[in-house]
Amino acid sequence: MSIDTATAAKVAKLARIKVEDDALSALAEEFNMILGFIEQLNEVNVEGVEPMTSVTPQRLKRRADEITDGDQQPLVLSNAPDVREGFFAVPKVVE
Amino acid sequence: MSELNKLTLTGARDLLRKKDVTSVELTEACLRATEDSMALNAFVHNTSEVALAQAAAADSRLAEGDAPSMCGLPIGIKDLFCTKGVLSQAASKILDGFRPEYESTISQKLFDGGAVMVGKLNMDEFAMGSSNETSVYGDVVNPWKVDKRNLTPGGSSGGSAAAVAADLCLAATGTDTGGSIRQPAAFTGIIGIKPTYGRCSRWGIVAFASSLDQAGPMTKSVRDAAIMLKAMCGHDPKDSTSADLAVPDFEACLTGNIKGKKIAIPKEYRMDGMPDEIEKLWAEGTAMLRDAGAEILDVSLPHTKYALPAYYVIAPAEASSNLARYDGVRFGRRASIAVGDGITEMYEKTRAEGFGAEVQRRIMIGTYVLSAGFYDAYYNRARRVRTLIKTDFDDVFATGVDAILTPATPSAAFSLGDMATMDPVQMYLNDVFTVTVNLAGLPGISIPAGLDSQGLPLGLQLIGKPWEEGDLLNTAYALEKSVGFIEKPKKWW
Repeated sequence: MSIDTATAAKVAKLARIKVEDDALSALAEEFNMILGFIEQLNEVNVEGVEPMTSVTPQRLKRRADEITDGDQQPLVLSNAPDVREGFFAVPKVVE
Repeated sequence: MSELNKLTLTGARDLLRKKDVTSVELTEACLRATEDSMALNAFVHNTSEVALAQAAAADSRLAEGDAPSMCGLPIGIKDLFCTKGVLSQAASKILDGFRPEYESTISQKLFDGGAVMVGKLNMDEFAMGSSNETSVYGDVVNPWKVDKRNLTPGGSSGGSAAAVAADLCLAATGTDTGGSIRQPAAFTGIIGIKPTYGRCSRWGIVAFASSLDQAGPMTKSVRDAAIMLKAMCGHDPKDSTSADLAVPDFEACLTGNIKGKKIAIPKEYRMDGMPDEIEKLWAEGTAMLRDAGAEILDVSLPHTKYALPAYYVIAPAEASSNLARYDGVRFGRRASIAVGDGITEMYEKTRAEGFGAEVQRRIMIGTYVLSAGFYDAYYNRARRVRTLIKTDFDDVFATGVDAILTPATPSAAFSLGDMATMDPVQMYLNDVFTVTVNLAGLPGISIPAGLDSQGLPLGLQLIGKPWEEGDLLNTAYALEKSVGFIEKPKKWW
């Protein structure tokens, strides 16, 4: 598997990280190096092995479906970069 | 009394209980040591006001006879822990100025027990690194030195390790996703334990890879680790993976008697090109445990070789999901945007400016291995290999083995900047002996076991059975007694 600059650009886009065009080939090279290391996993016979979902065989606890927290609007907004009239503010969203 | 900052948790606790010293005196000694240690760059947020208030409160409790083990003891808190009203930035630019409105469960438990926060500690950005060189605050310098070279304290809990080794605080919290407690502990000649996955609540700790992350103490002795770990453990309804199990009195487990214990030596950890000094250290540690009455067995953990590549699929995959929240909307730093930029440009610029190179690399690798068409080939395959790695350990423990002894790291601390020209995989190899333990969810402890020919500390690792931290700490205690490691770095900072 070899990653080209078009794939690197696609991954950067999916990750929502801006990568300048002139940095893409170096990025693709890094991906190839790391994925080359990961390729070793293909040597392992995983036939019939379940993918691990939980490292400790414990059943997740359940609780009553009820509100336990809330009414903290000022606290929730206190670290936001841009707040207007009690809301998070973002640039215009145009589809 | 001079140099109170050099005390262990145990020593300070006993003096506090005898009223020979006050928490305020201990705390002031640590704050002075901290102010005097700027060259190490271990502490990044000063919390002296908080510390002195906590110390005064602890002294009142002690005066009333309410003295839990951690009461009045000054410790450092890794920047990864959210601390209410105190900067908590995970050493990242993207969390610039972030002051949580809540307290992490672990720091809350420590404070409830009377512990005093000296300050917040430097680390690799989002705990991604093995040398503390990815921090937005700059490198941490290891208090141990060779010639004029500045060495890495290891990572990601490099600030915690340097601060404890340099006696800036009596102990510190760390977190460990692939070795981030044990590797820096080994590089600085201190104790670091990562408990069983689920022992410590992850709530309020900035998430890196949720199925691997665990907090633990970094201390000057095994007894200190037992005391502080007890104060950190316990069920937390706010973390669904936190185990609802009783927490034993780990300190009471320290008998030093390991007669008849079965200690396994896994042959796969004898790597090609392993330095003779590490090989020798391991053999000496094995001999010490045998002399203490343990039975030594050779075992095989056949999938060891595949742990690092599996880790570098699973950890970035989980990171790419966890770090999706840093979008410049709800908290942290937003990039300035150009006229006409929409929300997507805002996200992309914010994340490009806010994340460092290693974090970006891991997010994108994670994004790739989870993307359509590659999910099975990479992510699911890695999770299958993870099952096999855990089965390896299960099989060994099923034969009656109590603990496994390995080297903690493949080398002693290296120079800061040494890895700058290497490819990222070379840095990842630092975690070759520790990462298996995270993948299998087991407890592991790093114990200083000697000095190399340059005079730098080297560590051994003991790996225990799930939920058997008490037994593991006792074996570590026996090893600590046999080794008799008393060396400290010479003060140059």
